[in-house]
Amino acid sequence: MSDTTKKAPLARRALFPLLLGLLLLTILYSVTIGRYDLQVRDVALILWDNISPSQAPSWTKLEETVVELVRLPRVLAAVLIGFGLAVSGGALQGLFRNPLVDPGIIGVTAGAGFGGTLAILLGIHGYMLLAIAFCFGIGSVVLVKFLASVRGRTSILTLVLAGVVISAFFSAAISIAKLLADPFQKLPAITYWLMGSIASTHYGDVLLLAIAVIPATILIFLLRFQINILSLGEEKARALGTPVVLVQWLILIATAMISAGIVAISGIIGWVGLVMPHVARAFVGADHSRMLPVAGIIGAIYLLLVDNLARTVTTAEIPLGIITALIGVPVFAIILRRMHSKGGWSND
Amino acid sequence: MIEVRDLHVRRGDKTIIDGCSFAVHSSGVLVILGANGVGKTTLLNTMIGVLKPYRGHMEIGGKIGFVPQLFEVAFSYSVMDIALMGRVRHIGLFGSPGTRDFAVVRRFLALLGIEYLENRVFNELSGGQRQMVMIAQALSSECDILILDEPCAALDYRNQKVVIDVLRSLSRDHGITIVFTTHVPQHAVEIASHVLLMNSAVSYLSGTAETVLSESNLSALYKVPIGRAQFAGSGKFTYAPLFHHEEVRHEP
Repeated sequence: MSDTTKKAPLARRALFPLLLGLLLLTILYSVTIGRYDLQVRDVALILWDNISPSQAPSWTKLEETVVELVRLPRVLAAVLIGFGLAVSGGALQGLFRNPLVDPGIIGVTAGAGFGGTLAILLGIHGYMLLAIAFCFGIGSVVLVKFLASVRGRTSILTLVLAGVVISAFFSAAISIAKLLADPFQKLPAITYWLMGSIASTHYGDVLLLAIAVIPATILIFLLRFQINILSLGEEKARALGTPVVLVQWLILIATAMISAGIVAISGIIGWVGLVMPHVARAFVGADHSRMLPVAGIIGAIYLLLVDNLARTVTTAEIPLGIITALIGVPVFAIILRRMHSKGGWSND
Repeated sequence: MIEVRDLHVRRGDKTIIDGCSFAVHSSGVLVILGANGVGKTTLLNTMIGVLKPYRGHMEIGGKIGFVPQLFEVAFSYSVMDIALMGRVRHIGLFGSPGTRDFAVVRRFLALLGIEYLENRVFNELSGGQRQMVMIAQALSSECDILILDEPCAALDYRNQKVVIDVLRSLSRDHGITIVFTTHVPQHAVEIASHVLLMNSAVSYLSGTAETVLSESNLSALYKVPIGRAQFAGSGKFTYAPLFHHEEVRHEP
């Protein structure tokens, strides 16, 4: 776009490269954290070595292994999870015309959670567990959409209600599964998996996450202008000429892909998808073409910091879902009060 | 040009519009009056294609731009963001606004005299300003016909005048056909070339303001006695509800 089309202030135009730089620094810093002490400079050199190999490396083989095989996959997973949750939360808030929505609302989180629980209960591990969790997540969204559709049209209210119903159903199913589980081995496994952790992530997981998150976020970003229009309401969107049902389906499927993939790898991590879009809107306004990328990057930085906290605060790792809730709830309460004092969520 | 003959619209099993006919020529102004719940919004939704007619003939010669009733949006969009949404028919499913879209929107913001609002937050504007932004959004679709659902509802007299003046100028100077609903007969007196009274599901009356807007027609329409007075200077009529009268008096 030429300069005449957008007179965005310098601060706003500089924000995106600034955030990208910050993300890169946070990634490098996050790799240094752990029992084996490393400096940001060492990490940068070790990683740069992959692009342009050095003749006389200044680091040990052990350091290289720690950086590239132990810590980097986990860090990349955190980036993908934070990015995916924030983008899908932002897209759903637009679709639902409601800034208080997160990916949990369409039933995908509880559905995928039940899929994973069922797999653990049946003694299934590894990629089969991921596949089952993923399929249940996608399946529950399709179920929600069909439940909410009357004569080919879906009202947002019925979509929310169907999401609540399906989520409640799968939550109950998770409880039953826990009740049936062997309390010494399977119950702890289910509980820890649901609470969310990326402690033992390897490159295979990162690849699966990337497959679930990247194409879907690209699809959401391509639909950025349509999301703006849908956020006015279905009737108005239809009158303006948007293919409402098609866009609703595409966004639901894309966000379900992201959420189901994330739950499958890392368990249920709440509050990121709800809070990050608000932070992004405060910086760049509501237009989804600016808000979604910024929300994604802020989400990635945020989840990296949360994961750093998770593995440093105590000797035992704290599940990510607990920390995101502990931070997310007060932040959300502040946002809610601010919106309320300004006379509704329209002026956030 | 719009021509509607014997239009029937149903929602489920219920007939909302039952045999409505009217016509407006290009650059005409059709004002639709009727009590709440009589199907005015349903008629507009059928004209813009959101609802399908059950039966009847509807010919609409031109592209339609629609202005819904005043509303707040869920997010803090700028005026430019809102107005750009009118361009959606010119932008592909996966596209986003380009230089030409911004230029078209700026042209219509300037035409309506609100270019200075471009970077303001839509929800923080006054009702009158928001109405102008919504008109800019509809015009930005480069339409020939502008359909508005109660564009003057919830506006004070000054803002009603601003909106009416803009609609008059769009029709007279830019050849745009205007269709809008209102509860104020005076709006029809000011700019209508055609008036449609929607009385109940089965009684529709259309014609010029002079022929249709009689005391008896309006009293029957609103089920409240309506008085009419004529200004000595302009010769224009004005209407007022006479709430203190107990019964509706029908003129022969």
